[in-house]
Amino acid sequence: MWIPVAIFLAACIIIALVRVFLGPTVPDRIVGLDTINTIVIVIMVILGAAFKEVILIDVAIVYALLSFVTTLFIAKYIEKGKF
Amino acid sequence: MAVDIITYVFIAIGCFFNLVAVIGLHRLPDFYTRLHAGTKCTTFGSIFLILAVIIQSVKIWSVTGASSPQSVLTIHAFIALIAIFATNPTGAHAIARAGHRSKIKPARAVVDDLEGKDHD
Repeated sequence: MWIPVAIFLAACIIIALVRVFLGPTVPDRIVGLDTINTIVIVIMVILGAAFKEVILIDVAIVYALLSFVTTLFIAKYIEKGKF
Repeated sequence: MAVDIITYVFIAIGCFFNLVAVIGLHRLPDFYTRLHAGTKCTTFGSIFLILAVIIQSVKIWSVTGASSPQSVLTIHAFIALIAIFATNPTGAHAIARAGHRSKIKPARAVVDDLEGKDHD
């Protein structure tokens, strides 16, 4: 039940990756990156349910928090401001 | 059986909204509308997909007994849900503020009402 959902979401990631490559400005690319991060978290949770591996869901939690920190730092960087 | 039907409905909702998000990334004209599509729709769809995982694993948990390893999977999936729910809109807000401060105008915008009001 879960594997086709994971494949579908991987196709969604590829579509969003096209925006990361094409994006005319830097914030457009970051929006694509943020979308990809969220979908990767969901894929990790779904694969953890598919293979009954708790470690994948633990990695998903850590990935969520780290990608949040990454997003904040990239936002600070393109703002060209002080920390 | 009803649990399975609810799970399929949640999976359908989640997949639909994630697909809408990535289509919106290509269809919409400027940075702010792409941010709107890309973060709102993925947050909503991801919540429903993880809820489907939680419902399905609670079902297996109730069959296999209280001390099964399925309990760990359920609780950790719930923690992942809370992490997405808290961090995704916050990150979207940070990106939008950074985009506005790096002088990006919306498509076909003439007047920026927030011009020069950069105080937090």
